[in-house]
Formats: sequence, structure tokens, C-alpha cells
Amino acid sequence: MATPLKRVRGLGAAHHGTETFWRQRLTAVANVPLVIFLIWFLVEHVGASYEKMKECLSNPIVAVLMLALIWSAAIHMRIGLREIIEDYLHNKLCKVSSLILVTFFAALVGIASTLAILKITLGS
Amino acid sequence: MSNKLEAERPLSPHLQIYRPMLTMMMSIAHRISGAALAVGFALLTWWLVAVSMGPGAYDCVQSFFGSLVGRALLFMFTWALIHHMLGGIRHLIWDTGAGLDKTTIEIFAWATIVGSTALTILVWVLGYCRMGGL
Repeated sequence: MATPLKRVRGLGAAHHGTETFWRQRLTAVANVPLVIFLIWFLVEHVGASYEKMKECLSNPIVAVLMLALIWSAAIHMRIGLREIIEDYLHNKLCKVSSLILVTFFAALVGIASTLAILKITLGS
Repeated sequence: MSNKLEAERPLSPHLQIYRPMLTMMMSIAHRISGAALAVGFALLTWWLVAVSMGPGAYDCVQSFFGSLVGRALLFMFTWALIHHMLGGIRHLIWDTGAGLDKTTIEIFAWATIVGSTALTILVWVLGYCRMGGL
């Protein structure tokens, strides 16, 4: 007899339980203060010169918050975009290639931004 | 064969069957703003990479964001960001099981629309004030 315990042990059809749901919520919670920080930072430094902007971005607190935002947003973005694709694209080739592209896109945003912030902060 | 079976299967009513409702529109707006934010974060990445590359690349990206198209994109980015954030907070409240009654979801919907629009305008007014006018 199949009881709900079987499903719990196997973590459901996707075999990773509520992991994605939880990760989306976790990054959502992190994104709230980090997005407020981003908006504050951009308003505070709007129209700043190159030297000034570089100096502000190399502040360790700013750099850490920027990195946290980029990472949290990239993970959150990948989950959200995948959800949209899974809901609306039913052609297998279309769906799978879009899912791959979305992952590449999120990774590119994460990697490029991380490298940029590190380069600015470490000053090379 | 499988296509034929799919076609004959009774379909559940889709979007066009329902009268548009505010909460339904807000659900769609949450998705659209989320997808738009992917473009916004691509812009943020471009900007950060430009700062890391040097004054030339920075001036180039700044002149784009200073242009009419750039400003329009940034304004939409701001609005999508705040709208999605408020909509997300609404979802986090719902995750606790609270605020799911009919009156509250309507209030949440209006709070998200009014709040995101007002805050976006406020952010831009503050931004223009810091730059010393238009």
C-alpha cells in the first residue's frame, strides 16, 4: 500500500521536495533589504564622476552588499524565469533550450557582476 | 496519436473565460515585473562591468543611461523592482497563512499598485534633487 510516507522519502515527483520553493523564499527575504540598499546607493550617487563612483563601490560594506544582492537576485531570477517557462512553453525543444538559456543568463549576470565588483574592490 | 488524444480531451477553462479581476491582474503583473527585472539586472551587470573597465566604458554607459531611452528603461526598472518587491512581501505574508481573505487581498492589491507607483516617483524625485534638477 502506498502511503504518504513513500512520497516524503522520495521527496515527491521532482525528487528534491520543497527545496526550490524554500530557496525562492529565502532569496526573496534577502532581496528586500538588498534592493532597498541598491536603490539608496544609486540615488545617493546619481551622476557621480568615475573616480567617485569607483571609490564608493570599493568600500567593503558596499561591495559585500552588492555581491549579496547579485548572488541572491541571480538565484531568485533563475527560479522565477524557469517557473514562467515551465508554465507557458510546452514544446519540448523550446522548453529545454529556454531553461538552459535562462540558467546561462543567470550565471552570466552572477559571474560578470562578481568579477566586476572584485576588480573594483581589489583595485586592479 | 498522442496529439489526437490531447485534442479530444476536455480542456479546463483558460484565461479568456474569466472576467478580469484586480487580484488576477496583479498576479500577472508580478510575473511580468519579475521577467522585466532580468533585463534590469543585465543593465546593472553592464554598469558594474563598465565601472570595473575604466573611465571610457563608464562614460559610455553613463551617457546611455542619461539618454531618453536609458532614463525610460531605468524608470521602468525602478518601478518593476519596487512593484515586485511589494508584491513579494505580499506573497511572504500569504506564506504564513495570513491575509488570505477577500478583503485583505484587495487591500494588498491596491497597496502594491499605489505603493509601487508612489515610491517609484519618490525615488526619481529624490534622484533629480540630488542631481540638482532635470
